[in-house]
Amino acid sequence: MTTKHRSGSPDVLQVRDMACRRGPALLFSGLGFEVAGGELLCVRGPNGCGKTTLLRCVTGLTRPDDGTVLWHGEPSTTDPERMRAGTAYAGHLPGLKDDLTADENLDFTLRLRGAVTTPAQRLEALAAVGLEKRRRIPARRLSAGQRRRIGLARLALDPAELWVLDEPLTALDDAGQELFVELLGRHLARGGLALAATHHRLAPTSGVVRELRLA
Amino acid sequence: MEPISATSQSPGSFSGGFGWAVARDLTLAWRHPDEAVLTVAFFALVASLFPLGIGAEPQLLARIGPGVIWVGALLATFLALPGLFAADYLDGSLEQMTLSPHPALGWAAGKIAAHWVVSGLPLTLLSPLIGLQYGLSPDTLAIQAASLAIGTPVLSLLGGACAALALGARGGGMLLALLALPLFVPVLIFGAGAAEAQATGLSPAPHLSLLAAALIAALVGLPVAIGAAVRIAVD
Repeated sequence: MTTKHRSGSPDVLQVRDMACRRGPALLFSGLGFEVAGGELLCVRGPNGCGKTTLLRCVTGLTRPDDGTVLWHGEPSTTDPERMRAGTAYAGHLPGLKDDLTADENLDFTLRLRGAVTTPAQRLEALAAVGLEKRRRIPARRLSAGQRRRIGLARLALDPAELWVLDEPLTALDDAGQELFVELLGRHLARGGLALAATHHRLAPTSGVVRELRLA
Repeated sequence: MEPISATSQSPGSFSGGFGWAVARDLTLAWRHPDEAVLTVAFFALVASLFPLGIGAEPQLLARIGPGVIWVGALLATFLALPGLFAADYLDGSLEQMTLSPHPALGWAAGKIAAHWVVSGLPLTLLSPLIGLQYGLSPDTLAIQAASLAIGTPVLSLLGGACAALALGARGGGMLLALLALPLFVPVLIFGAGAAEAQATGLSPAPHLSLLAAALIAALVGLPVAIGAAVRIAVD
């Protein structure tokens, strides 16, 4: 891929003093970390420790109780649309429409991200994730793993610099997991960064992998 | 796996979000036309049941016609509201929309526009036919259609705002009815009043002007409110 990502300060994403409570429980507080281009930060910890909440706070979906997110050195709240344009979020919910085909789902998902793709590009991406023959079937008739693969095709085409991934390997078979790791490796190699909550060991071929442990 | 050619990204814009939401929701409605058909069928049935229940007394029918047609249109518009944002909320589309570079104003307005195209617009077009059953004069039928054309977008906007506010609440459908139907009352009064004024020989202009004023106010204020309500719901 030839996409060039903005460089400048090495730490593209910085999180400072983040705190979040869910009901009466304090999930985390005083949390800070940086992620630079080419880095993958894996968020680890037991169930219910706040991994998903942390990812949602970084993207801006959930409002943290305290703390700031800096995107290219600027608080994400000053120009939220700039950070949103550079962030691809893949959460627990796939955001797919059952009545649309794999190809239409991919097209609409990407157009919502401001990225216009040609049918040839989408065909290429769907073929790469093994959905070439099923691209005209409504998503409701695809298996859980095949639906996740639509998500992989979307990541492959998404121009975002930052990937925020919540349990990216769920429902994927061995080949699908390999595909994902390969995609991730290429994303990091071209200067992208990623934040992932996962229980698996991710070992992409390029890029730096770091860990953040939530207690 | 072969490398995939890169895509270019355009900056977020109102028109980008609006066009996206209209295209997607109309594609979905076309794929599953049962909801739109149900809305129109419900309207036709409700408005046709009244003459059967009340009896064929021309003067009485002409008197109640505009009001009955407006109540039918109001209830039919309400039918499609519970699913307007709830489906996107459940499958995660709302999260992606909230995180999109397009401003919430754009896709919120687009979703409402698509809702009107599959509910308010067919009701407006069908209303002269229904009005014939009540023996309304051609002038009254025209004013009736005009009042529906201006009034049903207000219903879609008000209903959309209520649907966004009711997201995630248990018993959302019931709550939505309690929230939205009282807000529809002014639209009903001026909408039905326009055709009634025309039928009794008065000018319908004041009613239509008030409806148009309500539409402008709703267009300015409500898409913003919908965007804010959705943001709270996905938090």
